[in-house]
Amino acid sequence: MVTGLSSIGVSTRVRLYAAVAVRGFRRYSTYRAATVGGVFTNTVFGVIIAYTFVALWEQRPNLGGYTQQEALTFVWVAQALIMPVGLLGGGILEEFAERVRSGAVATDLHRPTPLLWWRLAEDFGRAAYHFLTRGLAPVLIGALLFDLAWPRSVSTYAWFLIAVALAVGVGFAIRYLMGLLAFWVIDIRGYLALLTITQLFFSGMVLPLVIFPGWLRGLAEVLPFRCLVQVPADVLLHEGTGTEVLPLLALQLLWVAVLLFVGHLLTAAAVRKVVIQGG
Amino acid sequence: MAMIEVEDLRRTFVVRTKSGTLRRGRQEILAVAGLSFAIEPGEMVGYIGPNGAGKSTSIKMLTGILVPTSGSVQVAGMDPSRRRTDLARRIGVVFGQRSGLWWDLPLRDSFDLLARIYDVPRPRYTTNLAAYVDLLDLGPLLDQPVRQLSLGQRMRGDLAATLLHDPQILFLDEPTIGLDVVSKTRLREFLRDLNAERGTTVLLTTHDLGDIEQLCRRVMVIDAGRMVFDDTIAALQRVGGATRTVVVDLERPGEPVVVPGAVVTRVEGARQWLTFPADASAAPIVSALASGYDLVDLSIQEPAIEDVIRLLYARGGAHKAD
Repeated sequence: MVTGLSSIGVSTRVRLYAAVAVRGFRRYSTYRAATVGGVFTNTVFGVIIAYTFVALWEQRPNLGGYTQQEALTFVWVAQALIMPVGLLGGGILEEFAERVRSGAVATDLHRPTPLLWWRLAEDFGRAAYHFLTRGLAPVLIGALLFDLAWPRSVSTYAWFLIAVALAVGVGFAIRYLMGLLAFWVIDIRGYLALLTITQLFFSGMVLPLVIFPGWLRGLAEVLPFRCLVQVPADVLLHEGTGTEVLPLLALQLLWVAVLLFVGHLLTAAAVRKVVIQGG
Repeated sequence: MAMIEVEDLRRTFVVRTKSGTLRRGRQEILAVAGLSFAIEPGEMVGYIGPNGAGKSTSIKMLTGILVPTSGSVQVAGMDPSRRRTDLARRIGVVFGQRSGLWWDLPLRDSFDLLARIYDVPRPRYTTNLAAYVDLLDLGPLLDQPVRQLSLGQRMRGDLAATLLHDPQILFLDEPTIGLDVVSKTRLREFLRDLNAERGTTVLLTTHDLGDIEQLCRRVMVIDAGRMVFDDTIAALQRVGGATRTVVVDLERPGEPVVVPGAVVTRVEGARQWLTFPADASAAPIVSALASGYDLVDLSIQEPAIEDVIRLLYARGGAHKAD
């Protein structure tokens, strides 16, 4: 009798992962004080960076092709994305390391559910919670304090939400891959710090990639990190039509597919390592 | 057909040792050194051994999360490491030291998620949940986040969570560790009923010999990766070298009593302790005492399992039921 996952109906699987995502949302929503503290932090940093950008764009109007208004919008969009896409780590990254270290990963292996899809679903729940709280709240405050460039077309917001969802996928995949390192490396904290800095810089979080000098921008363009902040921001700011937006979304989708595929292969390798070498 | 069948199971680990700045040593450690046993459906078997004896390693191979170096394993008719995912649907694993529940969420959410993971049909889930909530007294806990539960409450939650998909085999690793006497008793009663009513096969690993004495008819003892004993609890208490003790209260303090077949090991006022081989009958000793002395009271103490196990470990020999 074969009762593998393959024999389970698609709708059952969809319902399972939906339930996992809902639980991911709820897990984070139980920590209210952390959310309030986080919103405050995002807002304060947003204000600081916004004033820096005001000074910068007053000296160099139209820097990187952005008006001052667009640059300020970029600041708040970026603040909104920090948590959902996991720019500072979070979610699976630390959890993986902890579960491997404590041996709790054995519990995961005793479950008939693929680790990768399970964790992806959970991360979407987490990201949704963070987007609605630590994403929206600072942006609303930012909009009260500064004059932002809001798109007029409803479709732009729809494209933007798709871009954010894909950014979450890319962000998850990157952190998942990094987390898998824990199967081979005892302490991943050093790599984690390296990843955080790289993500902050090449996502466009610190400075929009549009103002990077040529060679650095070229480097940023071939890395997946720009899918995290710069690409969703571009989708929102350009008020693009389908022909302008679709290539950006396609790029994100490509990275999601590539990174998740690598994640799938490395998960198999990690499980094999545990199962054959004994962890 | 046996529920679990293990034949000459071996597992080695490679340990890298540092013996200088550049020189690296490679050492092979034999964690499980040729285990063979079979467990029939519905059996409840105690599995004990000192730390590092290979208990966890062998259980990992039985549940499919570790590949054997050699030998064969069949669990519920499957090769565990080849069909880990399929096997996962047929077995339940509970670690006393870890939780399979979602820490931040109410207990109910963990149950609901697990029912979906194991694809338990809704009506079946509802029935099982109601049964376990009742048996394990989980009603008031269902809406509490797992992190707020006490160790005993969490353990009961973990056990219910593991049973929602009606596993045929339950692997319990130290399920009563850290529990108080009342919680322990409740858990044992639950396990006994589960085994009796649902016929769930149980392999119970523990350092608490009380668990084994109260739950299992059969006990397997391993040491250094080898089976040193596999028989009933009663047989364990009769293992060569083990002794039973007669405690007598005489009318008045006096000289040590003289009884054939027993030796006085301790005298305290009117009370005396006599030991005799555990495999000998107590009857002639008791009747000799009763006829030769004025007795106020008399009791017989079975050998403490701890002592027997210690003897077994020291002896290193093997004892198997035929």
